[in-house]
Amino acid sequence: MPEREQKKKPAPKEREDVDEEAGAPARQGEALKEELDDLLDEIDSVLEANAEEFVRSYVQKGGE
Amino acid sequence: MAVPKVCGIETEYGVVLRNAPDSNPVLASSLLINAYVEHRRIGWDFDDESPGKDARGFGRDGSQAPAVETHLVNTVLTNGARYYVDHAHPEYSTPECSDALELVLADKAGERILARSMRASERLLDPGQEIVVYKNNSDGKGNSYGTHENYLVDRQTPFGSLVRNLLPWFVSRQVFTGAGKVGTENGANPVDFQLSSRADFFEEEVGLETTLKRPLVNTRDEPHADPQKYRRLHVIAGDANLCEVATFLKVGTMAIVLGMIEDDFFDKDLSIIGPVHAVRTVSHDPTLHATIELNDGGSCTALELQWEFLRLAQKYADETGLELCGGDVGHEVLKRWELALTALERDPMTLNGQLDWVTKLALLDAYRERDGLSWDDPKLALLDLQYHDVRPDRSLYERLVRAGKVERLVDETAVTGAMTEPPDSTRAYFRGQCLARWPDSVVAANWDSLILDVGSDPLRRIPMMEPLKGSRVHVEALFAQCTTPAQLVDQLGS
Repeated sequence: MPEREQKKKPAPKEREDVDEEAGAPARQGEALKEELDDLLDEIDSVLEANAEEFVRSYVQKGGE
Repeated sequence: MAVPKVCGIETEYGVVLRNAPDSNPVLASSLLINAYVEHRRIGWDFDDESPGKDARGFGRDGSQAPAVETHLVNTVLTNGARYYVDHAHPEYSTPECSDALELVLADKAGERILARSMRASERLLDPGQEIVVYKNNSDGKGNSYGTHENYLVDRQTPFGSLVRNLLPWFVSRQVFTGAGKVGTENGANPVDFQLSSRADFFEEEVGLETTLKRPLVNTRDEPHADPQKYRRLHVIAGDANLCEVATFLKVGTMAIVLGMIEDDFFDKDLSIIGPVHAVRTVSHDPTLHATIELNDGGSCTALELQWEFLRLAQKYADETGLELCGGDVGHEVLKRWELALTALERDPMTLNGQLDWVTKLALLDAYRERDGLSWDDPKLALLDLQYHDVRPDRSLYERLVRAGKVERLVDETAVTGAMTEPPDSTRAYFRGQCLARWPDSVVAANWDSLILDVGSDPLRRIPMMEPLKGSRVHVEALFAQCTTPAQLVDQLGS
């Protein structure tokens, strides 16, 4: 079993940033959710139609 | 003794000619590459839509020279890269780079060259047809194509030492190098999602093959440099990465690990039992809790093995320095490596936008949650595939970049420059400059030589057996003195 003395290191700083305003996390969460929904909508608009057929027809020859 | 870690990446792209029944991938690949070379030759009138915007990239000309060893389409570009048809895929080999950051840039420039090739091919195709390429490694049906890394290694290093230390390395590095994949292939036991797109395809520990019975450590001995001094380690056990941080870590950590192997720095045996099986075990468990059996007894997770490699690398940096493993870039690699392992241990999803497997998994999870999809829903397989689409408007990875969800390490202006300009730090500079200056005089270009037609018999072959000679520092003054290839040959001979 390898030793793990390097293991416990501080996480990157930005992970510890905390918004001090009490209601902020919830509002931030909502904003993030909205942003994600928008992004998924955008991705929907460029996704290939007929997923099943598209994935099935993607066939490659082996390489290397 | 460690040698400077000159490095490069070869990528075989998946290719599809759409709306053409019975299309031939070899022809499609040839057409794609020829279209790029041709449009650069006649570049000023290529772009109908926004000529002003694209003109900047077309200023330099004459990008191709035939390489000698094959009749298939095979070109060398002014950025020092090789762009050619290999098997049934378009393949882009970056120019030789001297650190991980240079290679991130060169690799990203390759994606842009493929994207521009697709657009350039439009005018050569029937209406409704389109060539589409994917920077991935399998078709989801058991057919795999490779993304290979290459590193300059000291010839004196016993190959057995490379094998012994690299097997646990390849098994464990998947935690940050994996591109992520929905499901399994090639007879592997089913899982919903795995770290690596390539893990299911390795069947041997060591071997010469790349297409059958793929080995984790490939023994191809083709140094493309002075064979008395160097090996070129040809790494086939890796994924095609889109995330720049993932490529940076993949290449940067490998350079340091190889330095440690060359300097015989390993103070303990990290070898594992059944590495081929272990590659799948690790890949198939995105929780990162799966354990691997160690040769000297006991077991550990891939992350624990990675902490061991990192501990050793930090010691190596302290005692030996990282001058030969990227210098300052090498130190940046060490920092990011530690941050990545720390994050992987606490919550891998915090690496969304840095590692491909995490970024892809976050996207899949978002869809699964919003649409209530089960893991076998074809839409998830489509998301997986289209993440790797190289067309800027269709690539899901690029959508995430544009939405600010992905961390970049190089800026887009530099990427555009790297499509035509070679890196300064290696012989790629000499190769690229010769091609840019005298495209009609370069009869053939290869990794370790260049053949010039100087207007009088015979053709002159310029050997380039030292990958770090021919850099800007070495030859810029020389080029400034020469207006013709004949003068260059004279100067070199004097």
